[in-house]
Amino acid sequence: MAAETIRLDVARYRPEEDAEPVLQSYEVPLRPDWAVLDGLAHIKDHLDGTLSFRWSCRMGICGSCGMDVDGEPRLTCGTFLAEYGAGPVRIEPLKGFPVIRDLVVDIDGFLAKLSSVRPWLVREGEEPPLTAEYAQTPAQLDAYKQYSMCINCMLCYSACPVYVLDPDFLGPAAIALAQRYNLDSRDMDDRFDVLNLEEAVWGCTFVGDCTRVCPKHVDPAEAIQRYKVTAALRSVLPWSGR
Amino acid sequence: MRRRLEPYLWLLFSGGGVVAALTLPVLVLLFGVLMPLGVVAWPSAAHLRALVDAPLVRGAVVVALTLCLFHAAHRIRFTSEELLGLRRWDALVAVLCYGAAVAGGVTAITLLF
Amino acid sequence: MTTARPPGHEEARPYVRPRDRWWFARRRSLAVFVLRELTSVLVAWTVAYLLLLLGAVADGTTERFAALAARPWMVALNVLALAATAFHAVTFLNLAPKATVVRLDGWRVPAWMIQGGNHTAWLAVSALLAYLVLRSS
Repeated sequence: MAAETIRLDVARYRPEEDAEPVLQSYEVPLRPDWAVLDGLAHIKDHLDGTLSFRWSCRMGICGSCGMDVDGEPRLTCGTFLAEYGAGPVRIEPLKGFPVIRDLVVDIDGFLAKLSSVRPWLVREGEEPPLTAEYAQTPAQLDAYKQYSMCINCMLCYSACPVYVLDPDFLGPAAIALAQRYNLDSRDMDDRFDVLNLEEAVWGCTFVGDCTRVCPKHVDPAEAIQRYKVTAALRSVLPWSGR
Repeated sequence: MRRRLEPYLWLLFSGGGVVAALTLPVLVLLFGVLMPLGVVAWPSAAHLRALVDAPLVRGAVVVALTLCLFHAAHRIRFTSEELLGLRRWDALVAVLCYGAAVAGGVTAITLLF
Repeated sequence: MTTARPPGHEEARPYVRPRDRWWFARRRSLAVFVLRELTSVLVAWTVAYLLLLLGAVADGTTERFAALAARPWMVALNVLALAATAFHAVTFLNLAPKATVVRLDGWRVPAWMIQGGNHTAWLAVSALLAYLVLRSS
C-alpha cells in the first residue's frame, strides 16, 4: 500500500549561492496528526539536512516556528497538513523580515522595538524586601490579562501591511505589550512618549489583520486603538490620567 | 510628555468619521439619488433656504462638513501613501490633504455666512 | 584563498524582499481594508456635492443645480457615493467598540451592544434629517 504524501514547496535562501529565495519541492508523508512543522522536520531528518528553520516547543507557546504558510502567517506547529487537502503547501519565511537563511528571519529589529516600550513592571522610589508581594484583585488582573498572552511570535508583524511597507513602525505586539504594562495596576511607568509617535500608535491604520492572525487572541488592534484614545485624551486634557 | 500633532489630527479624523457615518448616507440618498431620479420631489428653494437659516444651524453645517473633510483627508493621506509608496513624502502629502480640507471648510463658511 | 566557513557563519547577507506593489490584492481582508479606506474619496465628493447644493441655495440657482444633479453620470456618481458612505458608516460604527472599552461596575459592555447603539443612532439621525428636509414639501 503506497502511503499518501503531500508536496511542500519550501522557500530556500542560501546566501552563499542564491541571490534571492527559490522554492524547492519535497514530498513528505501526509498523516492526519502531522503539523507543517512535522513535515519540515521530516525533510530535515530524511530528505535534506541543509534546510534551516526555527522551532522549539512544538506546542504553540515558544513562538519560534512562525512562517508564511500558503500566504498566511501561521505557527507551523499548530497548522496541520491535512488543512491543505492534496496540497501542495507553500512554506516561506515570515514576510516583512530580512531572511537570514531558508525559513530563518532576522528578529533583531523586533527585539529592539520590544525593549523600547519597556515591557516590564516599572516601580519608582522604593526598595522592597525580596518577600514583598503586590496583590491584585481579579478585576485588576482582568484589565491586562489578555495582552499578557503574547508569545512574541511576530505573526502580527508579518500580517500588518503598515509594518511590511514601513519597517520603522513600532508594530502590533510591541504596542500591545506596552498596553499590557500600562494597564497593570502595579506598573508606574509612563510610556506616552514612545507610543505617541507617528511610527507608533499613529502609524496604525486599523487593518485588523494582526488580531485575525494572532494565535493567542491577544487582539493587538484593540490595544492600539485603545491607546490612541488614551493618547488623544491626554493631549487634549493634560490632567487626565492614563 | 511631548506634544505631537498626530493625536489632534486623529481626533478630527474620528469625529469626522462619526459625523460622516451618521449624516452623509441619508443626505446623498435624498439629494443625490432620490430627488434627481424624481422618486422624491425637490423641496422648494424657500424651504431649503429656511433649513439653513438659523445661525446655529449654519455653524453646525460648517463644522460637520469640515469634520467630514478632515476625516477624508486623513484617510486619503495614509491610503495614498500605502498604495503608491509615498511614505517618504508624508509631510507634503499631509499638507496637501489637510490643506484641501481647510480650503473646503473656508468655502463652506463663505457660502453660508 | 578564502577558507569556507561552516553554514551559518558565512558572511551575513540577509535577503530583503522588494516592496510588493500589489500587497492589497494578496488577501481578502486587505482588499476590504483598502475599499474601506477608499470610501473617503467619495466622502470628500459627497461634501463637495453638498457644498454645490448650499451654493445653489445661497445664489437662488437651485433649478440649475437640479438639472445638473439629474444628469446620468451625476446620478451614477452619487449612487456610488451612496454605496461608499453606507459602507463607511457600517464599518466605522462597527469598529468603534475596539477603541472604546466601556466598563460598568467591572463588567465590560459587549461589542454588539455598542455597535447596536451606534446603528440605532445612525437610523435616528437619518430619520431626523429626512424629516427636516422632506416635511413641508
